[in-house]
Amino acid sequence: MSLTGIFLILFLVEHLIGNLLLLKSDGGAAFNEFAHFMKHNPLIMVGEVVLFLGFIFHIIDGIMLVRSNNNARPVKYAVQNKSKVTSWTSKLMGPFGIILLIFLIIHLYDFFRYKYFAPVANMEGTDISDLAQLVYIKFTDPLYVAFYVISMLVVGFHIHHGFQSAFQTLGLNHKKYTPFIKALGFCFSVVITVGMSLIPLIIYYKHITLH
Amino acid sequence: MNLTLKIWRQKNAQDKGKMESFNVSDVSPDMSFLEMLDVLNEQLTRKGIDPIHFDHDCREGICGMCSMVINGRPHGPKDLITTCQLHMRSFKEGDVISIEPWRAGAFPVIKDLVVDRTSFDRIIQAGGYVNVNTGGIPDANAIPIAKKIADEAMDAAACIGCGACVAACKNASAMLFVSAKVSQLALLPQGQVERQTRVEKMVAQMDKEGFGACTNTGACEAECPKGISLTNIARLNREFFSAKLTSDNI
Ligand code: HEM
Ligand code: SF4
Ligand code: FES
Repeated sequence: MSLTGIFLILFLVEHLIGNLLLLKSDGGAAFNEFAHFMKHNPLIMVGEVVLFLGFIFHIIDGIMLVRSNNNARPVKYAVQNKSKVTSWTSKLMGPFGIILLIFLIIHLYDFFRYKYFAPVANMEGTDISDLAQLVYIKFTDPLYVAFYVISMLVVGFHIHHGFQSAFQTLGLNHKKYTPFIKALGFCFSVVITVGMSLIPLIIYYKHITLH
Repeated sequence: MNLTLKIWRQKNAQDKGKMESFNVSDVSPDMSFLEMLDVLNEQLTRKGIDPIHFDHDCREGICGMCSMVINGRPHGPKDLITTCQLHMRSFKEGDVISIEPWRAGAFPVIKDLVVDRTSFDRIIQAGGYVNVNTGGIPDANAIPIAKKIADEAMDAAACIGCGACVAACKNASAMLFVSAKVSQLALLPQGQVERQTRVEKMVAQMDKEGFGACTNTGACEAECPKGISLTNIARLNREFFSAKLTSDNI
């Protein structure tokens, strides 16, 4: 859980940097160059498989963990538990995970459709010549933007607890470093949520002010 | 004070059990929570009703027997005390108080509020001991250990094995208890002989008993009457990983 979680956090850093290229006012050229590089570099292709396995391990491990933890208390309390906890996000890691899983499926469906079909075929009747174009078109739909932004909030919540939790799980707790790790995890979750959400919001804003 | 109590009643381990309402009168604010239950039980006995069964022994916060979840919190609304140290002045006239047993698969209910906590005993039997003869109390500074470390071991040793950590945890995990019991010995020279085997065996037994896994939610630390810290859980994780990597046990 902790190792795959940290691995996925590292992946998000790369993902955010790549996505920010979309905001360059160059009609998506920089992003497409990046996407092209990602698609044809053999190292990245290996990385993609590792990333996929990382997600699979994390998801299966997570589902097994939630299930066995539920079974550890077969008869529930009549009155809801009111104990203080480190953070409210720590109690909802499973539900956050399910939302992220739904997001992932939709996200990957769009991505793979482009990756293997879009360059040769037109999608949904519109001319899509490149990946950046696909993103720009997708984010003209306010529902899609809302769904995306909510999912990014959930990623933030998931990491808010997950970041410091992973260190504790690995036994890395220290008077000097733990407060720093907690602060870093908080900042990181804010950066990911705000950074990732700004992209569709700005694209959508540009779209409605243009039309 | 007059109070309404909603208490879990269950005839035996097989019975399904349910919450039942009781009114208790003549409660003094100076009574402890357990004394209040004694008053209720006397009133019930006089009416010919089976009294509420609950665990207790020392009634001074050291034995860890008094196990009740009061209004959704193990050991009630105050921090760092056991149920027997809770006084009725923490409640007010007319309050409705819910009282439930510890809930965990590894702590099956025996009757009413009494649960079977021998799973904790089996975890201790699996490795929570030292084989070296420690003799009588050594003179101060006679064993090579820093004061700071001795204090840390002592803090971990404050655990009274009550099980409130399990009761509070959303996963019914026993990690805080086990981490305290592993830490108190891992930190001291006397505990070094069985250090690796101890943590491996105790964790294995904990899993076998069916306790949940820790997701670092921290309710255990908040409810522990002895203030056992989450840093012990990190130490347990460290001890466990290093034992798994380097011990000879296969
Ligand atoms: C980019 C996406 C994701 C990242 C960066 C991420 C990161 C993390 C991290 C760091 C942890 C803490 C590990 C620990 O304490 O040892 C964690 C826990 C967890 N994750 Fe994820 N995760 C992601 C996606 C998912 C998905 C899609 C699921 C779907 C099932 C999921 C389910 C869980 C569960 C159930 C836990 C543990 C529960 C708990 O601590 O209460 N995660 N994740
Ligand atoms: S760690 Fe605290 S709550 Fe858990 S058994 Fe020990 S004293 Fe009780
Ligand atoms: S009865 Fe001994 S700790 Fe409460």
